[in-house]
Amino acid sequence: MVVVLKCHRGIGPTVEGAALVAADNFSTRYDLDRSKGIFCRPGHSLYGQSYHDKILVLVTAKGGVASAWMLNEMKASGLVPKAIVFDRSNPILAQGAAFADLALVDRFEAGCPTTLIATGDRLRIEPDRGLVTILNRSA
Amino acid sequence: MQLNDEEQAMLAGELGSARQWAIKHQLAVGRFFDAPDLVRVGQAHIMADTESLGWAGIAWLEALAALPKAERRVSIPTITDPRGLDFASYRRLKQTEAMADLEARTIRAFEALGVLMTNTCINYQTVLPPVRGEHMAYGDTGVVIYCNSVLGARSNFEGGPSALAAGLTARTPRYGYHVDVNRVGSKHFELRCRPRDLSEWGALGGIVGRASNSYWEVPVLTGLTTPPSSDELKHFGAALASFGSVALYHIPGVTPEAATLTAAFAGRRPPPAIALEAGDLAGFCAEYAATGDKVDVVVFAAPQLSLLEMEKVASLIAGRRLNADTTLIVATSPEIKFAADRMGLTHAIEEAGGIVAAGVCFYQSYAREMAEANGWQRLLTNSAKLVNIIAGYGYRPALASMERCIDSAVAGRIV
Repeated sequence: MVVVLKCHRGIGPTVEGAALVAADNFSTRYDLDRSKGIFCRPGHSLYGQSYHDKILVLVTAKGGVASAWMLNEMKASGLVPKAIVFDRSNPILAQGAAFADLALVDRFEAGCPTTLIATGDRLRIEPDRGLVTILNRSA
Repeated sequence: MQLNDEEQAMLAGELGSARQWAIKHQLAVGRFFDAPDLVRVGQAHIMADTESLGWAGIAWLEALAALPKAERRVSIPTITDPRGLDFASYRRLKQTEAMADLEARTIRAFEALGVLMTNTCINYQTVLPPVRGEHMAYGDTGVVIYCNSVLGARSNFEGGPSALAAGLTARTPRYGYHVDVNRVGSKHFELRCRPRDLSEWGALGGIVGRASNSYWEVPVLTGLTTPPSSDELKHFGAALASFGSVALYHIPGVTPEAATLTAAFAGRRPPPAIALEAGDLAGFCAEYAATGDKVDVVVFAAPQLSLLEMEKVASLIAGRRLNADTTLIVATSPEIKFAADRMGLTHAIEEAGGIVAAGVCFYQSYAREMAEANGWQRLLTNSAKLVNIIAGYGYRPALASMERCIDSAVAGRIV
């Protein structure tokens, strides 16, 4: 049996991919070099790492309202996370995910997802069902 | 979510594809936050600088703007946050023609949608403030926190697409700060000193923001014996929203939903107060101190300046001359710029060598590219919000009072 985590109903399509996890927050405007697809703010736990095609697992969204547009621009540019998993989202990232049709889930029954999921885990995100499956781990 | 007949018609596309997109977007967000229905809003306010829009966002707006007039026009007053570029000053700031072209395209698209280009993050001081209890769809964190807290309006942070959706449908999903239960105080801070100037009001916002650190926390501030001014609360709230993602606070006896401490916590016993002393403010300011350093650019912005702030800058700088190696930028709204022109304030600032930019707010204006083109690194400001966000664009920010900022701009180093 694989590990299945229940969360709140999310936004966007069902996707599968590799997790990139940090007990840190997320702002598209202030944390990312969107031209290179990497975390660029010194001090961020994922500094220097590529977010492209990864399922980001972080605590919450920070920063201003620009992220609502930027996820769509990132998707159009081709350098974009496959999905975002938060402990709890703020409105801006939810609005941005809805605009970009990017998978976003949060509010897990078992606690903060950064403690439940490890970097490299293979995940299936099902926003409509409120489920995250860790495909490479057995319960 | 429960939809009435008109909303069902929008969803079915009977009112055109723009309103159909808008209500679908609102349903996706509303379901995510368990909204029971949509609530009618009085105004929408759109943050959409070209840097955050990107090519994809601008092309998307242009496609909306190409729809038939009856389908594309917003149905409630819809206004804009600061733009990325001021056509009157962009060349002096070494912004490019390509940036100006993107700006012009975006403005044309918004005007075709019936959006009023107010280009301001101080609409509550300059356009039309909300009244208590009025539901809004505001697209700037500083606007949301001021209007929710000081004026008793009801808005979430609405990003550009969501604010535009609200303009098209005249509604927004009923969640977060539209709902009574979420407006109750959750943290208690007791002030044991009074900030002395706008930079210290911002510092106080930064301290409370760091300690709150969530969109869903509602800090309550006690210990003030007399009310702060509008500009003081503007800087306090902008920093609180920037450092902590906070969208609502209460000050018992000052803000309208908290006549008393008990009311701020909806009758419940307040949590133990976190004391804030003069030393806390000094400690915060010390993190952003750089006395003696050469200063490249001094910025008054974030939020845009009120007429009274413009008057103070002008009176402090009148008759002096800025250092040749230091740029001074003062950002305000177009309406305040007209007033400042008429009252001689713009002339006083520009005669000393400063630049008054209208309809922009510096950090939304290709800040990284401006730093590279102008060779700027060390930035000095009296805005705690700006020192928080501008480091991500390659600046080394420092915080000081308006008086010290201007003395430093004249000296060419931080005094």
